[in-house]
Amino acid sequence: MNKIFKMAIRNLMRYKRRTLLTSLLITVGILTVILFSGLAGSFKEMMIGQITDSNLAQMQIHKKGYVSSIDSMPLNLNLSPKEYKTIEKILQNHPDVEAYAPRIKLSTMLSNYAETTNIRLNAVDPEKETMVCPDVTNRMVFKDNVREKIFVKPGEIIIPKNLATGMKLKAGSPVVIVAQNKDGSINGLNFTVAAIIESVLGPQGKEGYIHIKDARTLLRMEKPEVTEIAIRIKNFNQLSAVYTDLKSSLLKFKNKKGGSIFEIHTWEKLSPFINIANMIDLMTISMKLIMIAIVLISILNVMIMSVYERIREIGTMIAIGTSPGKIMGLFLSEGFFLGLISGLAGNIIGIAGIYLLNIFKIRFSFGRMDNLLLSPAININELFWLTAIVLLVSVFATLQPAYKASKMEPVDALRHV
Amino acid sequence: MALVQIENVSKTYQMGEVEVKALQDVSLSIEEASFVSFVGPSGSGKTTILNMIGCLDKPTVGDVFVAGEHINLLNRKQSAVFRGSALGFIFQSFNLLPVLTTYENIEYPLVMIKNISQSMRSEAVHKVLKSVGMLEQKDKFPDQLSGGQKQRVAVARALVTQPKLVLADEPTANLDKKSAVNVIQLMRSMRDEFGTTFIFSTHDPKIMKEAEVIFTLEDGMLLPGEENK
Repeated sequence: MNKIFKMAIRNLMRYKRRTLLTSLLITVGILTVILFSGLAGSFKEMMIGQITDSNLAQMQIHKKGYVSSIDSMPLNLNLSPKEYKTIEKILQNHPDVEAYAPRIKLSTMLSNYAETTNIRLNAVDPEKETMVCPDVTNRMVFKDNVREKIFVKPGEIIIPKNLATGMKLKAGSPVVIVAQNKDGSINGLNFTVAAIIESVLGPQGKEGYIHIKDARTLLRMEKPEVTEIAIRIKNFNQLSAVYTDLKSSLLKFKNKKGGSIFEIHTWEKLSPFINIANMIDLMTISMKLIMIAIVLISILNVMIMSVYERIREIGTMIAIGTSPGKIMGLFLSEGFFLGLISGLAGNIIGIAGIYLLNIFKIRFSFGRMDNLLLSPAININELFWLTAIVLLVSVFATLQPAYKASKMEPVDALRHV
Repeated sequence: MALVQIENVSKTYQMGEVEVKALQDVSLSIEEASFVSFVGPSGSGKTTILNMIGCLDKPTVGDVFVAGEHINLLNRKQSAVFRGSALGFIFQSFNLLPVLTTYENIEYPLVMIKNISQSMRSEAVHKVLKSVGMLEQKDKFPDQLSGGQKQRVAVARALVTQPKLVLADEPTANLDKKSAVNVIQLMRSMRDEFGTTFIFSTHDPKIMKEAEVIFTLEDGMLLPGEENK
């Protein structure tokens, strides 16, 4: 086997220019995939981080049916104190849950005493909310630019920038919030604008914040109900596993009709960014397919040429007794090594490229978010799979020429000029 | 039984719509350790008959026996095994593998075909390298050798597996006269040293004189009167 490998490598070196050009082509293909994956992956991760760490959280638990009617923010689908306690117990006992925060979501009217408009509010416990969404205050502009640890206190409201601009409100402005509770009675409370929040992707980005106690007063709740429980887990990569685990725990609780009482969703179900994320994944797959095509065509081409140029040589090897399997092995080895050399070169240059991109920091704007910094990265598994695909495709591309070589009739091959 | 036994062999090729009779009813036998030449003009059937004996081609009609093996009955794989174990080949254009050194070219049949140890391989290769006078050139690649030297390497490669029979198709055609005579004399001395049967084809009168048995072919037919010297 060593002799076959040795011959294969020497045969590649025999046609240096051709090997170099083919290898270069494959290397550029791999480099492109690595850089694209690194950049696109970094963009995706950063945006997911922005969304989950700013306002959405990684997972949310609701009363069954809430998410499908989320646009109307129904208050009759709130979790009762008993239900909240039940869920809280599950979350507290789960080793992978880092933090959770109760929220009340309500649709209200906002008045600056001159104009009135509607506003969707997130009523939160600021301390717990900060644990679940650590970047929640990043997009908030407080009075005198002083960021408070408790970002919203009772009596304060944080309103979206577009509303603040439209209604000429700024931090410190007094406003009135009017809301209708689930029984139909209407109530109003005075608030002071504590901060203006810049928009992020999705409808959540147009929501304001008040303290959860104010929401209960405004809605005249007799018991401390909550609309949703936002969850943060210790390792985001375990999201799917933790979700499945929590889902199965929650499914045990049934109503009288035997249906589930609770529902749990990951950010993917709750944010429209998942469509962009899916698009990024699709584009990454497309890049990989293009790379596969480059490897396939270039190696197939070079190996077909190699077989045609070496017909007499193949005839000689067959004539002196080399078995068809060994002839095939020789050509497959050549394709394999060509893929291996190119794959390694592509990986090394790709890693260097990622390193350079990190040195020359790339900043960009997305929607209303400016100065976002990309930190391209590629993990070792991705490189491993990329190399494995290149090797597999290289060997696959060599199969036909190698088979053809192994099946040559020595008489015809030796006669070939 | 003779080492090579050819019985009423005919070979017909289809060249487009034309049928070419390369061999017509040829019968002959060749004894072990003989030094045999097939002579005749181009297209007389020399290469075809060597291909039959070399298990590279099969007759359209007739039977070929080499070293007791009925060549007609061997499949592709069996033919390869038989060639590797019992036959050696020397080609007109030397056909050395360009990516292998002299040593590696000679070692090739032992590595690829015969599964023997490194030390035995080394011993066998050095022995034939010494016999053909190419020991000092063992690390050179074919493109660093002269035509005569290449053919010496080819002779060594054919002999290294200690075959019963070596077939050489116009082994001197690409050599100058001096080198051609040297190669034929080398083959003859190898026959004397190893007892290997050599069968070669040529149309060079000076070379054919070196053979002990000459078969003359013309238009695919063996001319009567095997010439024994």
